[in-house]
Amino acid sequence: MSSDIAIRCEGLSKRYRIGEQERYKALRDVIADTVAAPFRRLRSAFAKGNGNADAASSLSPSSLPFALGPSPLGPSNPQSEIRNRQSNCIWALDDVSFEIKHGDVVGIIGRNGAGKSTLLKILSRITKPTKGHAEIHGRVGSLLEVGTGFHPELTGRENIYLNGAILGMRKGEIDRKFDEIVAFAEVEKFIDTPVKRYSSGMHVRLAFAVAAHMETEILLVDEVLAVGDAEFQKKCLGKIGDVARRGRTVLFVSHDMSAIRLLCACAIRLGSGRIVGQGPAKEQVEDYLKVAKNITAIKRREPLRLGSNLQLNNFEVTPNATISGAPLQFMMELESAVPMRINELAVLIHDSLGRRISILDLRSADGCLRTNGTGSLIFEVDVASFPMVEGEYYLTLWVDSDDVTAEFRDLLSLTVIDDAERRELVTYPPHARGSVELDYRVRV
Amino acid sequence: MANSQSEIRAAQLKASADLPVFFIKPESGLASLGLKELWEYRELLYFLTWRDIKVRYKQTVLGAAWAIIQPFFMMVVFSLFFGRLAHVPSDGISYPVFAYCALLPWQLFAHSLIESSNSLVANERLITKVYFPRLVVPISAVLGGLIDFAIAFVILLLMMAYYGIAPTWAVVTLPAFILFAIATALGVGLWLSALNVKYRDVRYTITFLVQFWLFATPVAYASSIVPERWRPLYGLNPMSGVVEGFRWALLGKSPAPGVLLGVSITVVILILVGGLLYFRRMEAEFADVV
Repeated sequence: MSSDIAIRCEGLSKRYRIGEQERYKALRDVIADTVAAPFRRLRSAFAKGNGNADAASSLSPSSLPFALGPSPLGPSNPQSEIRNRQSNCIWALDDVSFEIKHGDVVGIIGRNGAGKSTLLKILSRITKPTKGHAEIHGRVGSLLEVGTGFHPELTGRENIYLNGAILGMRKGEIDRKFDEIVAFAEVEKFIDTPVKRYSSGMHVRLAFAVAAHMETEILLVDEVLAVGDAEFQKKCLGKIGDVARRGRTVLFVSHDMSAIRLLCACAIRLGSGRIVGQGPAKEQVEDYLKVAKNITAIKRREPLRLGSNLQLNNFEVTPNATISGAPLQFMMELESAVPMRINELAVLIHDSLGRRISILDLRSADGCLRTNGTGSLIFEVDVASFPMVEGEYYLTLWVDSDDVTAEFRDLLSLTVIDDAERRELVTYPPHARGSVELDYRVRV
Repeated sequence: MANSQSEIRAAQLKASADLPVFFIKPESGLASLGLKELWEYRELLYFLTWRDIKVRYKQTVLGAAWAIIQPFFMMVVFSLFFGRLAHVPSDGISYPVFAYCALLPWQLFAHSLIESSNSLVANERLITKVYFPRLVVPISAVLGGLIDFAIAFVILLLMMAYYGIAPTWAVVTLPAFILFAIATALGVGLWLSALNVKYRDVRYTITFLVQFWLFATPVAYASSIVPERWRPLYGLNPMSGVVEGFRWALLGKSPAPGVLLGVSITVVILILVGGLLYFRRMEAEFADVV
């Protein structure tokens, strides 16, 4: 019986520490902390004598980021320090158990931060779980990013071998598949050209082609179809479908609900690190979309780190909610610690089915943007009219800079409500009215 | 991650099923060296080394000549200041050959040490997106230095011919000293690369460390200027054993490094095994911290 199980997880949990300051720890800080500790104790002894100001500060959430540093504002009695250490942690994955049989194609869905990528990272052995264990029967190929390890100076041919080796293919295996890979990527003419001369489309095609020809029993795929043009995306979906039909086990993370519905028989729905739903893909997708509508984020308050140097300080839409057909304003602030070129920057707008509705291209006339390393770039975009049918819309940021090339999915949700005053008659329900509310007059 | 022992156990348990089984568990206290798995990934090791070599001199005008330029000009400067002006004794060997013969293993060591210490951070993308034994990264960084070494070695042969120095039978021990230099670089590199993941201070320490180490090593001078009774202590710097070994194996005139070499070898073995164990212990955190 157990031999047809491909993946079995029991109580998988992963704890991460939060707070960006902590991640790049300098020895200096450790030393400073050690030196400061006795003084802190001393101060806390004074504070206790002087009243209970200390307890109050330890309760205020604003003091949390400083909890581990020698800050004069930080909490100073040992008990509160322990408490804060605990609350500084986040369970990215919390007691996740499931079984997947050989040959199953399983979708994993959930919002940003639900734990999808962490789950794939644990199953592909990149990181270890904090608790729980998993058992995997068969070789695992993981595709968490397209083109990991591609080197721009090497030619297409060289990169196929390098990338293949990184993904765990044997040289003989790559030799056999070489022509197939090149044909799939449609780069025959450029195979001996350095990859840095490739267009980004060719680059992505080649990278995906290598990964798609891995012959492992189990394939873990994370949101890699978000790249490339529509035609290539279709080809990739087709390839994953092929892989699945050949009886291999596929775990597939995506925000593209139509792809999940198309490819997967069943789905696991994650929310805040826990499994919140499991079953036939169609049902899970419906439930996911229902839940997704409850999100009320209007403005991101915390800065979001995009790359190692690039940071999104602010991203907001006013007004939100907005009335269908009314003007709309976007505000966005990017900050970079070093001078940087941003080749592409766009806000992508998706509807609740994950279909792309529109794109706001933020490049300047000369094709790219530059940050000078000090201060920030502030974008204000005025949209004359946002004539969408009422419903929920999701804003995604696409960045291609020196530092990072990635899509940051669903950063904000935008609620569009029906312009009830404009209407003189009872309308059809939103799903029957399509996507766009045209501005029209009728003469009879 | 499954360590080799649990893999074997799993294979025995599931003898009927032909698929490999991997167990994913939280970190347990003991770490094995993981050499068996490293062997399975030897092709990746080859490709990463090959990548580093291939890419190093791309888009440079002088290309692989850089491998010669650095030790050669160091030799010129040393010969001028230490040899000609300061009259540093060189065991009766012409100073340029004396210095260059030591600069070769030194450059191999320094280059390998710097590259391997930065290797994990430089390959951050690989580490956070793909699984493979992390040891592959610093090892490939160290091996990449061998090509430069081989190129620069040709110059030494030319110099030896020019000064009329013929190697003795001791030259057969040369590969052992090359291995020794690499083992030293890897041993220290393992410690530093793992530390570098967590504490970025390491990056700034390395340049300083290498400069300091150069003067603590008998490159510009002979170890014979160190008093006899301090010689074993001097051997605590493994590179002094390597450099003296190189001179002995190639030039034949320097005295064979005895006690000094014994101390050096012991130190290297300790650093290397310690480095391997430390690296394996920290490995599980790399993807989360880097």
